[in-house]
Amino acid sequence: MSLIELVGLSHRYGSREVLKGLNLSIGKGEVFAVIGPTGAGKTTLLRIIDLLEVPSAGEVYFDGKRVPGSRKQRLEIRRRMSFVHQKPQVFNLSVYDNVACGLRWRGEEKHRIAEKVDLILKMVGLEGYKNRNARTLSGGEAQRVALARSLVLEPEVLLLDEPTANLDPVSSAKIEQVISYVARQHNTTMIMSTHDMSQGRQLADRIGVLIDGRLVQTGNADDIFYSPKNEEVANFVGVENVLEGVIITNSDGIVTVKIGPHRIGIQAVSNYPAGKEVYACIRPEDITLAPIFHRSSARNYFQGKVTRVTTLGPLSRVEIDCGFRLVALVTKISAEELNLQEGKEVCATFKATGVHIIERGVNQ
Amino acid sequence: MTEIWDGLIKAIELIISLDPEVMEIAGRSLRISGTACLLASLICLPLGSLIHFHQFRGKRVLINIIQALFSLPSVIIGLFVFVLFSRAGPLGELGILFTPIAMIIGQMILITPILLGLTISALSGVAKEIVDTATSLGASDFQITLLVLREARYAVVAAVILGFGRAISEVGCALMVGGNLKGFTRVMTTAISLETSKGELELSLALGIILLLLALIVNIALYRLQQR
Repeated sequence: MSLIELVGLSHRYGSREVLKGLNLSIGKGEVFAVIGPTGAGKTTLLRIIDLLEVPSAGEVYFDGKRVPGSRKQRLEIRRRMSFVHQKPQVFNLSVYDNVACGLRWRGEEKHRIAEKVDLILKMVGLEGYKNRNARTLSGGEAQRVALARSLVLEPEVLLLDEPTANLDPVSSAKIEQVISYVARQHNTTMIMSTHDMSQGRQLADRIGVLIDGRLVQTGNADDIFYSPKNEEVANFVGVENVLEGVIITNSDGIVTVKIGPHRIGIQAVSNYPAGKEVYACIRPEDITLAPIFHRSSARNYFQGKVTRVTTLGPLSRVEIDCGFRLVALVTKISAEELNLQEGKEVCATFKATGVHIIERGVNQ
Repeated sequence: MTEIWDGLIKAIELIISLDPEVMEIAGRSLRISGTACLLASLICLPLGSLIHFHQFRGKRVLINIIQALFSLPSVIIGLFVFVLFSRAGPLGELGILFTPIAMIIGQMILITPILLGLTISALSGVAKEIVDTATSLGASDFQITLLVLREARYAVVAAVILGFGRAISEVGCALMVGGNLKGFTRVMTTAISLETSKGELELSLALGIILLLLALIVNIALYRLQQR
């Protein structure tokens, strides 16, 4: 049974429509990630779920019941949830008092509060900071206080808004570790927003892509990353190669897509008939580069010139002009072995199954 | 010039020897203004929170009026309280004119705009996100108000200290509604005004020094609060 259900949810700030007719159902114990670009409405969505805002239109159901309007009843429901806001706002109190305040507000006994706070501070790695004023902490430490402050309440639903945005890698890793521990151990329902795709993929059971106030696609990580529903999702989830084309033949599910005005055809797996206007999406990591043409089981071969090489940590992002622009991701080591640099001739290959076809002109 | 020096030396003697009259007057000043400040705080802190946390028509205008009243002259309040409690006035029956109670009421009215205005601005200084965070953590409206007052505690305490400073240093209202009755409603400012006009400089100077010392203590306290 779903714990949280949103039906036809719309919200506007003044004349700006932030959420547009959103439907979503989140099950008990599920970890759901909302991904989307900045300004897509992720924070507003979380605020509405936490009952901080009343949506302009639509219904919110919590545990099967429609959320009531009275402040007292809303407070009761809100006390079953906890929301870690994006910018950690710690109170100008000691770390201990910061973490204890939610329990105090719920009228928990003093010795129980002490036990719980100590335990949770240990979990987030801040056990030595009890008496420090929370305002003197670094950003990462403050975010961990904010997380501890929410976790100590043992909420049924934990809402996290960009839990690791702008944090140092050590703090991010610690927070991700705590989140996944809590999700496993306590079976806490979690809804997190992130613009970090890999984080969503790593932590969430299910992902929803929110673009411009619309929940464009929901599904598991593979659905979203390998079968984006439309061009917007494809662009957002990092399918850098979104090529406009028309299907010219379809034989037994293998289609040939003519790309743009060129006479270049890409082979892909799809059921669309000939004549269909489509986008061919290829993830950059699914493209293999070789110095010269050599046969493999892949159906697509393109000879081209390297136009740009950028290093992204252990990976190199290679832009190739092969009549159309292709972006490939290879390891830095193989980029060096292939001596990839501007002007170098390479052969790019990818499988027909590595191409995802989406229909053009839908969901726009 | 020698007169002032002599007066100053005698004044310091009066303070060091803890002269009973000086101590009595200073003590009364502290009691009356302290009570006025405490009572006004008890009203203004919740009222200021109420104004801050609620949206209503004319809120901006109300705050502007409160701020304009910061510089309300104390003689005008003296006049108002005098008329209110004089024999023929609407509250004349109470018979509290020329008593410390009337002085306390006068000073409360005097510092109410300061306390209200500064409480509101202290609360406005607390980020909106603090309120959101507290709400998310399950605080009720009352618990949120307490937390925000606590977040703004330095600014709120500064407001109270400022209010106290204004109350203890005013003379117009204390004189008009207290009457400067020796041993009953004579406070530092009214005593200074009377003794000076009588030419009794040493007592005036002694009280003036104590008043200045108090002002200094208040200022140091404020400074230390703001340093935190």
